[in-house]
Amino acid sequence: MNVQRRRLLQMTALVGLMASAGLMTQAEAATWNKAAFEAKTMDDLMKVLGGGAPQQSDAVTLRAPDIAENGAVVPVGVETSLKATEMAILVEKNPSALAAMFIVPAGADAFASTRVKMGQTSNVYALAKVDGKWLMSSKEVKVTLGGCGG
Amino acid sequence: MASPMRIRATEKDGIVDVRVLMKHDMETGQRKTPEGQLVPAWYISSIEAKVGDKVVYAAQFGPAVSKDPFLHFKLKGSAKKGDSISVTWADNKGETRTDKTDIK
Amino acid sequence: MKRYVFAGLLAGLIGTTSIASAQSASDQLAEYRRMLADGNPSELYEAEGEELWTKPAGPKKASLEKCDLGLGPGVVKGASAELPRYFKDTDRVQDLESRLMTCMSTLQGIPEADIVKGSFGRGVRKDLEAVVAYVVTQSKDMKVNVPAAHPKEKEMLALGEKIFYLQGGPMDFSCASCHAVDDKRIRMQDLPNLTKSKGATEGWGSWPAYRVSSGTFWTMQRRLNDCYRQQRMPFPIYGSDVTIALSIFMANKADGGIIQTPGLKR
Repeated sequence: MNVQRRRLLQMTALVGLMASAGLMTQAEAATWNKAAFEAKTMDDLMKVLGGGAPQQSDAVTLRAPDIAENGAVVPVGVETSLKATEMAILVEKNPSALAAMFIVPAGADAFASTRVKMGQTSNVYALAKVDGKWLMSSKEVKVTLGGCGG
Repeated sequence: MASPMRIRATEKDGIVDVRVLMKHDMETGQRKTPEGQLVPAWYISSIEAKVGDKVVYAAQFGPAVSKDPFLHFKLKGSAKKGDSISVTWADNKGETRTDKTDIK
Repeated sequence: MKRYVFAGLLAGLIGTTSIASAQSASDQLAEYRRMLADGNPSELYEAEGEELWTKPAGPKKASLEKCDLGLGPGVVKGASAELPRYFKDTDRVQDLESRLMTCMSTLQGIPEADIVKGSFGRGVRKDLEAVVAYVVTQSKDMKVNVPAAHPKEKEMLALGEKIFYLQGGPMDFSCASCHAVDDKRIRMQDLPNLTKSKGATEGWGSWPAYRVSSGTFWTMQRRLNDCYRQQRMPFPIYGSDVTIALSIFMANKADGGIIQTPGLKR
C-alpha cells in the first residue's frame, strides 16, 4: 500500500472516529440542509440525501396516529434499536417531503419525537440511516379538520 | 426577543429523557393574511443540545414542523443526573435562543 | 434508477386502513390526543404567566403576589378549583379572569376597562391569559370544589341555568342546543352534556386549553366568547355577569370532578 493511500485511510478513520465519538463540529451540526428541505418529492429527496433507496424494515418504528384531528399538529415519532446516525420524518404529500431530520451522535438513543404539519391525508415515513444505508417504516395518516366544536 | 423554551430532562435507569417545547410561529411562507399578503417563511431551522462543550443531539427542522415545536429525545451515556443540559435553536432569520436545565 | 418501493408499500397500506376504520372515530381521536398530551404548548404560556405573577407591572409597579384568588393573598395552588366564588371585597361572584382583572387594577393600577375593551391574545389581556395558564395549572388533577352555597352564588347559579337554556340569535340556539343531551357531536367533535356531572367535568375541566387550530392558548372567557360566535349571537362582554353565571353553572355541575387543565384541543 503506498504512503498516500495509507494517509487517506488514516484520515478517513480519524474522521470516522471523531464522528462516532460525538465530536461533531459546530458547522456540521448547524448547517441546514437546504437542498433536502427544498426537495419536492421523496424521490428527489433521496437523491439529495444519498445512500440509495430506503429499504422497508421492521427494525424502524414509526409512531403516528391513524387520524389526526388537525393537520396542523400531527405527533410523529421515529425509533430504532439499530445504530442509526441520522433519522428523518417525511410526509409524502406535503409541498416538500422532508419535515425534520435528526442527528444522533454516540451517547444518544436513535429516537426522536416531534409534531409536523400535514396538508392532507398522506403516507408518513420514518427513515433511519444505518451503516450508510437508509431503512424505513411508514403508515398512512388520515387528516381531518374537526369541525365546529371542541 | 425570543421567548424561553421549556426543557424537562429526567434520568431513569441510565437513560436521560429530554422534552423541549419551543415558542415559535413556524410560518411556512404559504399562509396569506386576510388582506391577501403572503406571510414570509419563518421557522426554527436547527436545534442543538449540549452537555458542557459536547453536542449530544441535533436536529434540523423545516417549516413543516408544527407551531410551538416540540422535540423529545433520549440520551444514553452522554449525560447523567445532575448534569446541566443546554438547548439552542436558530431560525431562518438568524435569531437564536438558548435555555438550559439540570437533569433531574 | 430503480423505482422505489413506495408504490408497493402503498398498495399494502390500503389493505390495512380498512381494518382501522372499524375502530370508532372517537377511539382514533383519543389516540391522537393521547399522543399530543405529552408536551402541551400551554406550558409555554404557563411559564410566562408564572413570571408575570411576580413581575412588577402597571402604574403602581407592583406584582400580583398579593392577589387573593379566594384562598388568601398569594395562594395560587388549588385556587382556580374553587372558582367562580363569592368575594367579600368586591361583594360579587367572580370567575378567574374577572378576579385577575380586580387584582390587576387594585394592585397594579391597570384599569379593568383597558382589559375589557381589548382583544383576546393582545396587549394587557394577553398577559392576563398567560397568568390564567399559570393559575389553572396549579389546580391540575385536583377536584372541582364549587358547591355554590353562598346566597349570591346561588343567585348566579340560577341566572347561569336560565342563560344556558335561553334561545336566541338568528338560529334560535342556546347552549342547550348542543350541550344538554348525551352522545351528540358536530362532525368529529363530541359535545359534552354540560347538564350532567360527567359532561360538565369534561367541558369545564378541560378548558382553558391550547387550541391547535389557532395555535394559541384559549381561556374560558375566550371559549365562551367563541360559543356565542358559533351560535351567531352577539359577543358577551369580557368578564361580564353572563359569562360568570354560565361558568358557575358549569363548575357547579362539575363539582367533585377532576380538573385536567390546561387542556389541549384541536
